Order: sequence, then structure tokens, then C-alpha cells
Amino acid sequence: MMIPLAYYIVFGTVLFCIAIAGFFINRKNVIVLLMCIELMLLAVNTNFVAFSRFIGDPAGQVFVFFILTVAAAESAIGLAILVLLFRNRGTVNVAEIDSLKD
Amino acid sequence: MADLHTTFQFVCFWAFALVAVGAALAVITLKNSVHAVLALVLTFFSTACIWLLLQAEFLGIALVVVYVGAVMVLFLFVVMMLDLKLEPLREGFIKYLPVGIVVAGIMLAEMLGIIGVRSMNVLPGPNPAGVSNTEWLGQALFTRFLLPFEIAAVILTVGLVAAVVLAARERTDKKTQNPSHQVRVRASERVRLVKMRAETDASTPTGGTPQ
Repeated sequence: MMIPLAYYIVFGTVLFCIAIAGFFINRKNVIVLLMCIELMLLAVNTNFVAFSRFIGDPAGQVFVFFILTVAAAESAIGLAILVLLFRNRGTVNVAEIDSLKD
Repeated sequence: MADLHTTFQFVCFWAFALVAVGAALAVITLKNSVHAVLALVLTFFSTACIWLLLQAEFLGIALVVVYVGAVMVLFLFVVMMLDLKLEPLREGFIKYLPVGIVVAGIMLAEMLGIIGVRSMNVLPGPNPAGVSNTEWLGQALFTRFLLPFEIAAVILTVGLVAAVVLAARERTDKKTQNPSHQVRVRASERVRLVKMRAETDASTPTGGTPQ
């Protein structure tokens, strides 16, 4: 395995910045926002895996394991909230979900 | 021979990385949410291949099984189930596109500056001797990280219960039995005993055989 560490970190960074851009340009659609969160977690996990492999410590990969667990629970609950939101309000548009303002 | 091996690894890395980045761009730009979820599946799959290049076999396969197999299918279910009107969700896309590109570009430049060029020369240490990646990970997981492992199980249970509680609803039009009502019912609610006087009219002929 001869690919240097920087390749993996830069790959993770690019994915993370794409997710950030996705937050800005899709700020109306909750589903795409949830997908951007998944993309960010993926980028961070890539960093964890790369550092774990290059340092030789399994803690990083165990951490990725836990992140995957929590992210799975998070997306399950997030999607349940999304379904509930759509059922009650008939929309997933962030701009229309402002009833706490009134 | 070793040189060919390295070249092949670089080719694989670039192929997977370009596919992953392209699919990630598709996730945030595609108009149809179903297509965006499918692009996200491609991103996860390519990233799992990159994790395999990092010799993290267990996590690479776990990513495919857990994420592509379960979470993304859940996303697809939800996106296909909701009847979305896409036009109002897309408004502001062009307006915020420059802002998004500028912010993401600045963040990318800053992070690349932090990473720097010195890490270009960092090469991986030797493999953990004689154990596979799964064994390596399992030994850490079930010794040093046993308590967090069990807490993760609790978190998954909480997520399961919360998702069911949130999404389940009481339907008003269903006709089913309610066992608790059935158990609690008393005889007085079912049968009403009415006291009546016995009929004593003797003039009516009874028991006569028809002619």
C-alpha cells in the first residue's frame, strides 16, 4: 500500500466541502439536507479510517463503527420525523416550517 | 513488479475518488430526489472501495451492507412515499449557488492549507502482524471498547423505538379488536336481565293438536 496519507485526507475534504455547498444551494429541501449530513459523516469517516490505518491504531476504526451506528439511528429518526412532518404539514419545504415563529 | 502494483493502486484510487466526487456533486445538484438518493448510493459504494484500498475491509463491507443496504433503501422508501412537489423546493437554487460555491471553495482552500504538502510523504506503517483487519478491529472492540459497544446497542434500540413511536399513528377508520377492552368487560355491560311478570292468561288454548 503505497498511496500517501494526503490523498485520502484530500478526498475526505473534497467530499465535506461538497456537502457544505449542498447545504447552501438546497436549503429548501429537508431530504437533500439529510443526505448532505450523510455525505459529511462519510467524509469524516474516511479521515478516521485513513489516520487509523496510517498510525496503526484500531481506535480510529472502532470510532467509525460507532459513528455508523449513531448515524443509522439518526437517519431512521430523522426520516420518521420527516414522514410525520409531511403528514401533518403536507410539505418538506424548510421555508414553510416556521410555525414556532408565530 | 512492485512498481506495477503501486501504479495499479493509484489508478484504482483515482477511479474510485473521481466517481465518488462526481456522484456527490450529483447528489447536491440533481432535481429529482430519487435520483439524488441513487447518486448517494454510488458515492457510498465508491467510498467503500476506497476504504478497501486502505485495507479497512470490515468497515468497507459494513458500509455497503449497513448504508447501501439499509439506510439508503430507507431513504428511497421515504422519498418515493412522499408525494413531493419539486418546483418550490428548487427555488433559490440559482440564487444561492454562488454563495455555496464561494463558501465551499474557501473552506476547501483552508483545509488543504492545513493538510499541507508534508503529508504527501507520509507512507503507511507496517500491517499489524499476522491478523486480519476484522480480527484487529474485534480485539479492540471487545476489550478496550466493550462499554461503548454496549451503549451503541442501547442507542440502536432507542432509535428503533423512537422511529416506531414517531411514525405509527392511531387510525380512526380501522375495525379491529381491542384486547384490553375485551379483558376489562363485565357481564353487566353485555347482558341486561329484565324482570317480567309471568303470563297467566289461561283461556288461550295451548298444546292442542291441529285438526
